Amino acid sequence: MTEEAIITDEMRAVIGKEAEPLTVEVDKTAIRWFARAVGHTDLVYYDEAYAKGKGHRSIICPPGFLGHAIHTPDKPTNIVGNSVKRPPAIPGLKLMRLLNGGTEFEYYGEDICAGDTLKSVSKIADLRERTGGLGRMLILTTESNFFNAEGKLVATERGTGIMY
Amino acid sequence: MADQIYFEDVNVGDEIPKLVKNCTTQQLVMWAAGSGDMYQIHYDKDIAAGNGLPGVIVHGALKNAFLGQLLHDWLGEKGEIKKYNCQYRGMDVPAQDIICRGVITAKRQEDGKSLVDLDIWTEKPDGEKTSPGKATVILPSRG
Repeated sequence: MTEEAIITDEMRAVIGKEAEPLTVEVDKTAIRWFARAVGHTDLVYYDEAYAKGKGHRSIICPPGFLGHAIHTPDKPTNIVGNSVKRPPAIPGLKLMRLLNGGTEFEYYGEDICAGDTLKSVSKIADLRERTGGLGRMLILTTESNFFNAEGKLVATERGTGIMY
Repeated sequence: MADQIYFEDVNVGDEIPKLVKNCTTQQLVMWAAGSGDMYQIHYDKDIAAGNGLPGVIVHGALKNAFLGQLLHDWLGEKGEIKKYNCQYRGMDVPAQDIICRGVITAKRQEDGKSLVDLDIWTEKPDGEKTSPGKATVILPSRG
């Protein structure tokens, strides 16, 4: 039996195309919630005066936190109820179930602090097929670049999704 | 926080201080709010069971953030995370230790910076690695 390829030319054409930029806000309460959820103990994530005493503009983002996209009720959300960093849609995709395969964060030496507004630009970096325990799978790699108000690249988040 | 660690203090093969986590379901709900990931398999056991899971499971991205804390707490205020990642290979559940560990694999200089590469991972009490990954950090140098 010949299996039909999952990835069509139409799908391949979206690789590398950037989605509409999203505005992402980094605020103090959100940083504190994130830091509490992880269990961070460094006051640099909680106490603004302490963070300023360490040379930061305000409390700073813990690893893995890059703010939240501004949500309004007219915006669609994904399966996890989140409108953050939505990559471009994949035309003709029939696989519906998604597993989170992995995450990478890269930083470029700039502080990302409460009060910052970032621009996030996402794209599908790669599509691959694999056959594994879940049958035929599509391995989707997304990349989101985050730019600060000066237009400087401050962080990159790369995600791997497994669709099956 | 431990004392500041310097590039000259570390060697390939060294293990960094481990970080042990043990999630309550409350912590998973806090993470859902903090991260914006509201997927129900992490707090609704009926929905988790309907997805073929034994119960609610720990978010993969929370384990990634635990590895971020592992690095941050070791680096001290003068160290810096350049890059870190992990893959979600196995599930973790509430009320079971998630042991976050790291081992230094390389030391190098790049663009005048002192870089250290590590293998990082989370493991279960039986030693199964559930989130293996890699990191590159910048350490201060005594010069």
